[in-house]
Amino acid sequence: MAAITVEHLSHVYSQGTPFEKTAVDDVSLTIEEGEFVGVIGHTGSGKSTLIQHFNGLLKPTSGRILVEDRDMWADPKKIREFRFKVGLVFQYPEYQLFEETVAKDIAFGPSNMGLSPEEVQMRVQQAAQFVGLRADKLEKSPFELSGGQKRRVAIAGVMAMNPKVLILDEPTAGLDPRGRDKVLGEIKQYHKTQGNTVLLVSHSMEDIARYADRVLVMNKGKVAMFDTTENVFARSEELAAMGLAVPQVSRICRGLAARGLNIDPNCYTIEQAKQQLLALRAGKGADQNA
Amino acid sequence: MLKDITIGQYFPGNSVIHRMDPRMKIVLSIAYIVMLFMAKGFSGLAVGVVFLAICYGVSHIPVSLILKSLKPVVPIILFTAVLNMFFVEGDPLFQWAFITITKQGLSTAALMSVRIVCLIAGTSLLTYTTSPIVLTDGIERLLSPLKKLHLPVHELAMMMTIALRFIPTLIEETDKIMSAQKARGADLESGGLVQRAKALVPILIPLFISAFRRADDLALAMECRCYRGGEGRTRMKQLKLTSRDIVGAIIVALTIVAIILLNIFFPLAIA
Ligand SMILES: Nc1ncnc2c1ncn2[C@@H]1O[C@H](COP(=O)(O)OP(=O)(O)OP(=O)(O)O)[C@@H](O)[C@H]1O
Ligand SMILES: [Mg+2]
Repeated sequence: MAAITVEHLSHVYSQGTPFEKTAVDDVSLTIEEGEFVGVIGHTGSGKSTLIQHFNGLLKPTSGRILVEDRDMWADPKKIREFRFKVGLVFQYPEYQLFEETVAKDIAFGPSNMGLSPEEVQMRVQQAAQFVGLRADKLEKSPFELSGGQKRRVAIAGVMAMNPKVLILDEPTAGLDPRGRDKVLGEIKQYHKTQGNTVLLVSHSMEDIARYADRVLVMNKGKVAMFDTTENVFARSEELAAMGLAVPQVSRICRGLAARGLNIDPNCYTIEQAKQQLLALRAGKGADQNA
Repeated sequence: MLKDITIGQYFPGNSVIHRMDPRMKIVLSIAYIVMLFMAKGFSGLAVGVVFLAICYGVSHIPVSLILKSLKPVVPIILFTAVLNMFFVEGDPLFQWAFITITKQGLSTAALMSVRIVCLIAGTSLLTYTTSPIVLTDGIERLLSPLKKLHLPVHELAMMMTIALRFIPTLIEETDKIMSAQKARGADLESGGLVQRAKALVPILIPLFISAFRRADDLALAMECRCYRGGEGRTRMKQLKLTSRDIVGAIIVALTIVAIILLNIFFPLAIA
């Protein structure tokens, strides 16, 4: 079953004023259940606008959105149901924290779902564990934490609702490299163990290459590509024309292949490149021994 | 959406009226208000209406905007009209029990209504064609003689400018926080008064925290650039009166003269 189906979705901001702006323009796509989808695109390409439609924060100017094959806006009163099905972590989510303690803040979402206090407690523990928050942090005020820790609390706050689809809008913006790897690793771990659908918006091609199964490329409000990670990064010229790049490893592999080395020019993760180079060296060694 | 609220209701454009000096526009707006109250009869008021219609035409402001700005004052207009209708003495037109409607009352009511509509539409034209920042700049310059009386004109204007500058930012921020909490299932639309007030807590706390942070940052940034108040400060954008401002002033002056003449030759309220 498809997790999210989008049919001819358009969104116009400030319609009918001089500030009118079409941010999403006739987009149709299907996201399958259990996928890890990377979303990339130049700034202002409409990524954030698109994903805010997936949990009903924005209402389409035209078009439809189906979550689990049900039209989201069929009954606007029931829109909250979909907010629990599709969890959305905003850009810089740490600014939404407000409770006295971290635990209470994470509990905000699950409590709104009307779960029992025991269930809420369990969800909080579980979510805190996913994002690597130790138990002693749970009773602290969220405002005493470091930026990276705040970010984790905010992500846990959405994970605790256990949404079928988890969407993260640039969850690593402004984090140091180690914090970035950790947060993304935790998200990947969550995806693996829960089997949920995950959408990750990111400006880092490396991160997308490493974690995504499929990549959605947005350009000027339209879907430019939506394909497997390998196929998308194979079209480096088109990506460059949109102001995007392929991962650095891809460029190195391509350069090596162009110089006549027997290496796949379309490899896009460090892991793949490493294996290919090792295989190459092993092959060379064998040649010399012969 | 929250963002659709217009503050200062500036409607960007490039018309002659948009490009006029803000000081002149403020002065002429005041002159226009005076003009409206000088007009005693329908003929004089008609001149005021036509003048305003031409101004709106020149500035390319859509009619729908004028109607929007008039909506909130409809109750006031109705209230004044009704009061005038019943309480002005004169020749009775209609009588029932203790209610009497007079000819004079009816015409005063009509005059007052037209006057209020023109008043609102006229002052709105100022805010439609002048961005809030430019407007405060104009106010500061107009009030600058009051500095001699030790009135902190510059400081007041600066506070107003900063407040205006941050209104859109705060609205955007509120929008973002509201979205984020809604995404966590916050229910802002239903429930009783107490419940709704409670639902605001998750929005107000982050909003206040970020507002204080912003204020801190801004104060620091201003100090880093050696801001010391208005003493000896020069400005990047110099306001200059140009020929279009002079022409504007002359047109308004002529209109006022026309109204005075009409007052003299057609003094009757009922034309
Ligand atoms: N609330 C809004 N009101 C009006 N215009 C908006 C609003 N939000 C976004 N836009 C405009 O819509 C377009 C798409 O914005 P969006 O935030 O979806 O881009 P994005 O792909 O997420 O960019 P980024 O990578 O910088 O986050 C932009 O041109 C932006 O200026
Ligand atoms: Mg964005």
